[in-house]
Amino acid sequence: MATIAVPQLNKAFASEDSFRQRTGKDYALLPLRFLPLDEDRYVATNFAGEYIVLTRPDLQALIRHELRPQGGLYDALKAKHFVLDGDSSVAIDLLACKYRTKHSLLSKLTSLFLFVVTLRCEHSCPYCQVSRQSQDRHAFDMRRCDAERAIDFVFSSPSEHIKVEFQGGEPLLNFDLVRWVVDQVLERNETARKQIAFVIATNLALIDDGILAFCKAHDIFISTSLDGPRELHNANRPRPGHDSYERTIEGIAQVRAALGADRVAALMTTTRASLSQPESIVDEYVRQGFSSLFLRALSPFGFAVKTGAIDGYTIDEWLAFYRRALAHILRLNKQGVAFREEYAALLLRKMLTPYPTGYVDLQSPAGIGLSCIAFNYDGSIYASDEARMLAEMGDYTFRLGRLVSDTFESVIGSPRLLDCLAASMSESAPMCADCGVQPYCGSDPVFHYATQGDMVGRKTTSGFCRKNMEIIKHLVRLLEDDREASSILRSWIR
Amino acid sequence: MSDMRQVAVSLHSRLAITRDAEPAVLRIATDPGCLPATNTALILPSFITDLPPGFAAYLVEDGEPETLEIGSRLEPIYPLPSALSYLGEGDIIRLNPRHGQVWVMYRKESSTNSMLFTEQCNSWCVMCSQPPVAADDRWLVDAWMEAISLMAPDTAELGITGGEPTLLGDSFVELLAACKHHLPQTGLHVLSNGRGFNYLSFAQQVASVGHPDLVIGTPLYSDIAWQHDFIVQAPGAFDQTIRGLLNLARCDVRIELRVVIHRLSLPRLVGLATFIARNLPFVEHVALMGLEPIGFARANLSTLWVDPADYQSDLEAAVNELASNSMNVSIYNHQLCVLPPTLWPFARQSISDWKNVYLPICQPCAVRDRCGGFFHSAVRSHSRAISPLAHDGQRVSS
Repeated sequence: MATIAVPQLNKAFASEDSFRQRTGKDYALLPLRFLPLDEDRYVATNFAGEYIVLTRPDLQALIRHELRPQGGLYDALKAKHFVLDGDSSVAIDLLACKYRTKHSLLSKLTSLFLFVVTLRCEHSCPYCQVSRQSQDRHAFDMRRCDAERAIDFVFSSPSEHIKVEFQGGEPLLNFDLVRWVVDQVLERNETARKQIAFVIATNLALIDDGILAFCKAHDIFISTSLDGPRELHNANRPRPGHDSYERTIEGIAQVRAALGADRVAALMTTTRASLSQPESIVDEYVRQGFSSLFLRALSPFGFAVKTGAIDGYTIDEWLAFYRRALAHILRLNKQGVAFREEYAALLLRKMLTPYPTGYVDLQSPAGIGLSCIAFNYDGSIYASDEARMLAEMGDYTFRLGRLVSDTFESVIGSPRLLDCLAASMSESAPMCADCGVQPYCGSDPVFHYATQGDMVGRKTTSGFCRKNMEIIKHLVRLLEDDREASSILRSWIR
Repeated sequence: MSDMRQVAVSLHSRLAITRDAEPAVLRIATDPGCLPATNTALILPSFITDLPPGFAAYLVEDGEPETLEIGSRLEPIYPLPSALSYLGEGDIIRLNPRHGQVWVMYRKESSTNSMLFTEQCNSWCVMCSQPPVAADDRWLVDAWMEAISLMAPDTAELGITGGEPTLLGDSFVELLAACKHHLPQTGLHVLSNGRGFNYLSFAQQVASVGHPDLVIGTPLYSDIAWQHDFIVQAPGAFDQTIRGLLNLARCDVRIELRVVIHRLSLPRLVGLATFIARNLPFVEHVALMGLEPIGFARANLSTLWVDPADYQSDLEAAVNELASNSMNVSIYNHQLCVLPPTLWPFARQSISDWKNVYLPICQPCAVRDRCGGFFHSAVRSHSRAISPLAHDGQRVSS
């Protein structure tokens, strides 16, 4: 690099060298973390989540202050705020600004509120631990007085953006309450003036014109479940008549016709039967006209498995499945089919943009309580959807209070929540604190408590850790080594 | 813009007649029956003896030099220079009778009027198209103050340029306030190196004018401080500009970044795009610009020139980096035949009409109407890739 010809400017101008030499001979390291990417390379991340891939000798030279302060690698490290030298002091201002931006959702507090309006469901999916087959409305439906308290609670959050998501069981079995909550929330919002969004998470088996008309009138988004092709979906999701797939597909068509093509999304859950057919699952989503798919492992890992309800699988088996599915999606994109994998898109936004994402499982401090609160059918308040599922198995560790006696302030400020958040922050958790992908990952105390009996968790054996670390490294390799994949992945962050 | 313009518009001209009178900023009128005013110059097609009284000057398009000479002893009569025959109702000139100079400050029908507030600058950019002059030119402030009050209220946009306009300090703020007062519907686009906004108080002062449509366009040439400083020939400029941008953002003043591409800025172009997307996402527009080979750029042309055909992959990478981060990005001063068709949606017709031309080779080009063409000064230094295209972007074989 030293042989670059010095540009000859007109004599009225000072030479390049007179500016270059201000850099000095040494540099200071700004906060950084690193992780082996493969045999020869490391991925290093800075304070604000920018990354750079380095060879082992380059990384060693960087850390030993042996890098020569010129050339492309040094410039890249300096521009991405890994090093600081005599040339400029503005990196500190910019890092502060970027760090603040990356954590800007924290001060807004909770924006996602789950209303579990009933536990009843006409499906009997083995991976679901919460639904009940019952005709007794009173035992498993949320009461109107609790819903009213929940609405008070929602409007106590300082967040300007509020998402109310109706969950079950099957929320359409208690649609009267859904209707009532929507009307109440909108009435309250006449004065509160927040940005409100509604979502109903439903299997669509019970959708009808009356429900669709209400959804249309109130701009309600529909989230449904589609596990893959007919045989797989129906095996995963038994219901009387064995027609879950048919009803889902028909429901999606009805929703699109009534609400618009972009008003319904689907989620899939990976079962053992899914592992061998990632391509056909992706193809099913493409065939059904979806533009994206969220590849989810059994969540939270271990609940369904632990009870022996279904055959589990190891996280490495799931990762192999994920990589195959992602490769297939990239192949489709290369053939001109614009299709996205949502979990990768979430991580890519964390890696490639200055902005935060609100996804509950990838926050530090953890997203439980801060990003999301769940109101269970029985009037109890939980830190997340998984937290209330844990409770259905008899463990109330993450129950934050009861609607009848608690307020937003008492829940958010409760030692039960705050102690758990403080203990599990990845900036200070053992192993996370030094991990190269810490800025992209998060903390999931419910998962670690459920699988390891400890909120912080032991990361060497953590499925959460392995899953995220491997996916992030896989994405970095694609971004670095595969030009075509890189430009496809970059288009997903928009 | 669809005509085959070969000659750019001239904004300065000399008068054949001089007289001992103070310079004046005058609005052009073409109707002899209009209400006369002391800040209005009347254009007459030919010399007439019974001049409508009360105008500050009479510009005569056609007439015997001797007749005009005799008439000018009694009235402020001047032959209209033929280079300024385009002048029309509502245009604004500054007439300097003593030196026999006319300067066209504002053209009502133009969409690219700009106001040069000062020729002084605290940078010395190696490719400056308008090299700074150290002389005291505070008179420009008064001239623009008067001109602003005479401009048409339906003017869509005005540029403010220099030199470095913010060097005027309080006067700069007063000029912005005058624009807001007289031209509340006119968008203002200020070209500033941003260094002055290093002082938060100055950014606050500008913000407190409360102009409804103000954008500060600031050049940034590298993500490496000394490389930017080298290009603008001012140690510490990068840090000042970056802190200035942060201050402007803090005060909710809208910002555009302008990156001129040449041999010294090209090596960091893609890195700079990443830097902008990551550190300055609040910027509302990024313009990636071709070199205007005039001024210092001409003096340094052999050092600065890179054929745009040779940097298209870098340009494409930079555009994609910004666009995929949802940033609003444009390409200025590049002809469509130089750009890959994937970049056409980002190309703008960016060259001010008065210096915008096309080449003879462009005559048969089917996409010329969508193409930004050339700077008048670039006719001699342009890409080897210039070639007429068919509608589909394919080259027309000659």
